[in-house]
Amino acid sequence: MAQAAGMVTTVPPIDDAPSSSPPREQPRRPGRGRTTWRRALRKDWRLYSFVVLPVLFFLIFKYVPMIGNVIAFRRFRPGGNPLGDEWVGFYYFEMFIHNQQFWQVFWNTVILGLLTLAICFPLPIVLALMLNELRSRRFKKIVQTISYLPHFMSIVIVAGLVLQLTAVSGTVNQVVEAFGGDAIAFMQQPDWFRTIYVSSEVWQTVGWGTILYLAALTTVDDQLYEAARIDGANRWQQTWHITLPGIRPTMMVLLILNIGSFMAVGFEKVLLLQNPLVYATGDVISTYLYRVGIQSAQFSYGTAIGLFEALIGLALVLSANFASRRLVGASLW
Amino acid sequence: MVTDTTPDLAAVRSEPTTVKDTPAYRTFKVANAVALLIVCAVTLYPFVNLVAKAFSSEGYIAAGEVNLIPRGFNVQTFDVVMGDAMFWLNYKNTVVYTVVGTFISMALTTPYAYALSRRHLKGRTFFIGIAVFTMFFSGGLIPNYILVADVLHMRNTLWAIVLPGAISVFNLLVMKSFFENFPNDLEEAAAIDGLTTYGIFFRIVLPLSKAVLATMTLFYAVSMWNSWFSAFLYLDQKELFPVTVYLRNLIAAASNPAAGMGGQEVVQIGANIQSVTMLLTVLPIVCFYPFIQRYFVSGVMLGSVKG
Repeated sequence: MAQAAGMVTTVPPIDDAPSSSPPREQPRRPGRGRTTWRRALRKDWRLYSFVVLPVLFFLIFKYVPMIGNVIAFRRFRPGGNPLGDEWVGFYYFEMFIHNQQFWQVFWNTVILGLLTLAICFPLPIVLALMLNELRSRRFKKIVQTISYLPHFMSIVIVAGLVLQLTAVSGTVNQVVEAFGGDAIAFMQQPDWFRTIYVSSEVWQTVGWGTILYLAALTTVDDQLYEAARIDGANRWQQTWHITLPGIRPTMMVLLILNIGSFMAVGFEKVLLLQNPLVYATGDVISTYLYRVGIQSAQFSYGTAIGLFEALIGLALVLSANFASRRLVGASLW
Repeated sequence: MVTDTTPDLAAVRSEPTTVKDTPAYRTFKVANAVALLIVCAVTLYPFVNLVAKAFSSEGYIAAGEVNLIPRGFNVQTFDVVMGDAMFWLNYKNTVVYTVVGTFISMALTTPYAYALSRRHLKGRTFFIGIAVFTMFFSGGLIPNYILVADVLHMRNTLWAIVLPGAISVFNLLVMKSFFENFPNDLEEAAAIDGLTTYGIFFRIVLPLSKAVLATMTLFYAVSMWNSWFSAFLYLDQKELFPVTVYLRNLIAAASNPAAGMGGQEVVQIGANIQSVTMLLTVLPIVCFYPFIQRYFVSGVMLGSVKG
């Protein structure tokens, strides 16, 4: 079953260096030697002119804000120096570490992130396998077209739909009442926030999430199925022993990416869905940081929290990538 | 759905198997088809409900009597919403932001992706690296805000909406891997014929890449059309809002009147008006959707399967 391992990578390949060789090793053509920058610029100046504006874009809009993180360690005053006025060391970090509310939103983030990961990661695989069992291409196409649709909706629309369906007079409560229950004001009860958030996430992402798996499924060698049938394996055994190992590299890469965005849990959607009544479960680091940082203008404090969150995200993706490369031989780079 | 199918699959395991489908597998196929139909129904229901509410009277909605079909048929709300000058102004803004933003994004992404796809380019690893690193680590909300609002003074301008996210690294990598598959001979032949890099790029590469360019344009356009947060963050003049922010404010005012503007006196904005506004906002996407969907799928596949 090792046939597909390492051959299929999902997400755009980051570099073409074969994954077996150590990273950062440039393939060097014999007889060429090192070209100097001067010669490269003279020969390829037109090509370099293509990279000038995009590199400026990355420097200004991506790397300058990274440097801007320095205000997590410096006191920032609106209207003062954009990089802060004086060093305060870890003052703002200690401030949030000793803040109870921070730990509440921290654990909310972890729980919501884990729930989303545990439910929204495997469901597209299940749906892709189900679609794969369909014989009728037409039916398959229709199901795909319909299930991709929510992916194209603005988060504002999704939040609007969720709020309407869960309203006291909404459809969900009509179902509850039909079964003899009492209408629930879902969006005012902290107990329901996670369920509603994860359900809406499932609704929006599961269909679209099948695309990469369906693509990976087509690359599994048909001869393997034939051989398995001759050996007397039934459909279920074929799925378990051939299909799943065949799409394992895809699964691993998507898992790593999911883990990487774990701490950021759908910031925009949470922001649109939450209200002060459900902060007990519905407030996450990113929304808390938005409120204290932007709305209450505590820029340095907010930046310290943001930096903490970003570093955890980076550490998670690096360790997931490392573990995956060690354990199953699939990795992002 | 998962639990529906599992018992069937477990049953299959103990059956003797032949090349023909076992009865258990046939049962599974029916259960599978039914489960997928349910998936479709659940996916579509919120949209059907939205349409029903848009054409219903407020009283029936508040009483919780509108599900699949409109009750107390009413199209007046469409007149009200479409008569609101601010709605149209914001709608126009969305169109402007989408067109300008998509243009800038494509103008930056395409040449960069092409340059990165040329293996001989010195410094290529560095140029790829600075892009990829931003996928995993970013400056964060507040430093970005300070940069755009305080340093670049882009508050209440179009630039705050279209510039900070102009290059999507995902799209960049998809395009790069597309250009990498270009036969080298073609370009070598063009070079021998005296074409410069610019000539090759504009007269050979771009005309042959129409499909990928269309796909990437759609990727950018849809995400721009749907975006709301940067507008919410950097714009505070109503006349500049895109329609998503218009809608967001409507929903926020309806679900939380106190947070809206004036406490209790504010009339609750009905679900009917909300539904009409939402329907008018999604309409262009839903209308184009059947035609653009396959481009999106091909775009995702393009960057995904290698080997």
